[in-house]
Amino acid sequence: MKRVDLAVIGAGPAGMAAATEAAGAGLRVLLLDEQRSAGGQVFRNVDAASEVRDKVLGQDFVVGRKLTMGLAHRDITHVTGASVWSIEDRVVRFVTGDEAQEVCAEHVLLATGALERAMPVPGWTLPGVMTAGAAQIMLKEAGIATRDAVLVGSGPLLYLVAVQLLRAGYPPRALVETQTRGDMRGALIHWRAALRGWRYLQRGAAMLNELRNAGIARFVGAREVTLLGRRRVEAVHFRCGGTVHELASDTVLLHHGVVPNVQAARAVGVPHRWNNRQHAFVPEVDRWGRTPVEGIWIAGDGAGIGGAQVAEQSGRIAGWAIAQALGGITLEERNARALPLISKRAIELSIRSFLERAYPPYEAALVPEDEATVCRCEEVSAQEIRAAATSGCTGPDQLKAFTRAGMGRCQGRFCGLTVTRLMAEERGVDPDEVGYFRIRPPIKPVSLGALAALHDPNDPLEQVGGHD
Amino acid sequence: MKPDSRFELLEPDVPHVAVHFAGQSYRLPEGANLAAALLAAGVKVFGRTAQRGVGRAPFCMMGACFDCLVEVDGESRQACLMQVREGMDIRRSGQAQEGPYEAR
Repeated sequence: MKRVDLAVIGAGPAGMAAATEAAGAGLRVLLLDEQRSAGGQVFRNVDAASEVRDKVLGQDFVVGRKLTMGLAHRDITHVTGASVWSIEDRVVRFVTGDEAQEVCAEHVLLATGALERAMPVPGWTLPGVMTAGAAQIMLKEAGIATRDAVLVGSGPLLYLVAVQLLRAGYPPRALVETQTRGDMRGALIHWRAALRGWRYLQRGAAMLNELRNAGIARFVGAREVTLLGRRRVEAVHFRCGGTVHELASDTVLLHHGVVPNVQAARAVGVPHRWNNRQHAFVPEVDRWGRTPVEGIWIAGDGAGIGGAQVAEQSGRIAGWAIAQALGGITLEERNARALPLISKRAIELSIRSFLERAYPPYEAALVPEDEATVCRCEEVSAQEIRAAATSGCTGPDQLKAFTRAGMGRCQGRFCGLTVTRLMAEERGVDPDEVGYFRIRPPIKPVSLGALAALHDPNDPLEQVGGHD
Repeated sequence: MKPDSRFELLEPDVPHVAVHFAGQSYRLPEGANLAAALLAAGVKVFGRTAQRGVGRAPFCMMGACFDCLVEVDGESRQACLMQVREGMDIRRSGQAQEGPYEAR
């Protein structure tokens, strides 16, 4: 089996920065990523983007090229289109297309980033509904703009996508925003944090200004959001103030924040804790990115949401820490490089407490109403999950047997947190007590043919303990 | 003819190649993300769910939700993780028939 010093899973800002620093310290690095080019979701396909795309996506996107440039190092092997399906005893197994491979890594850094937070309102499974992030990915990845969209939810990304579509020449029809003016007032208590992040606020104000000048309708404080339609989405229903609105639309983009993508971290057994501010489970990591599982590290949004800049900083810090653990640099060298960055990162993170309060997730989608589908794959409603919880089902794993929730093809990625919240609510306990689905490999689909091709008849380990 | 689609190519002047989707032929931008290209070409439903047979289309575009699942040349694949190649034979995933929409 091929051996490397470090396997990095995910080529977003954290993964790219970590790979670059580790290789710079003399480590042999394998960088595995599902996409066709480096960048992660935030800098998706940044190297291939064109003049038109650069203009639409802006400077914050273009800067990603600085990070992709760092990957041109002889000790970094970047495998594109690689889906990691198992990490066990330092063996990382992945598929590229229909070919399976495995590699032995001294250390593994999970830089798997974030997922958009599920927004289970009634009708969210209808064709024509996608995440705002998905619309942005289509711009980045393929230069494809979404026309006449209604954006629903809350958070800076909602505005960013609206502005980018506007710049692309396809202004959205409306923004239906679930945060309230009270949320913003509450957030201003964190004015120190807000002041530190004044650049973000300035950018936010500029975006709102751009939307206002373009005459795009904004509905702030929307409640009772329901997406109507039979075969595909036809309208967005909501209440705003005292008025009930129904906007006709066959294209709806949802967003109310992002959550750590912890699938791989869970599968290797890293402990997780519920984070009340992020409304999500966050893995246990120290400031270097080290987890309690020997040889497993996490950096970037996968370790808790901090955004692209924090992810890059955490990637560098973990890269140096892993290099030090393998003797590539000394403890003094590690500290000299990393400690100033750890301080910078703390400042960068402080703005988040402001954003988390100004743009909280839509409460009615955190604990959805009965008729909303929670598990998209197996089509399980909130009502069915509540009914299971009241009839004695104690946790998410048992719930699988009751309802099949979480057993579909996405393996709980889009229902797991909602299931935990619903069960916690029904039982009147903390999310930590309810826990989460047990995640086991394969964490991505792998064909039997690809699996069989991994089998090595000459490997002595395969002779031991086999069945007759 | 311009497809009936809510998705617009900002750079339309790229070479297009022929693919088959659900028995129809389409011309898609070569090398483009398959899920995005199919949406831009007017495809509305990529597959039908296993339980109720209701239509699904790309939702996350980042390989997590599996709602863009299709069969490409006989293999079950996530369209958002693939690029357009000449001659791809693509079929919808899941149930062949739509519905029933009633509860199970």
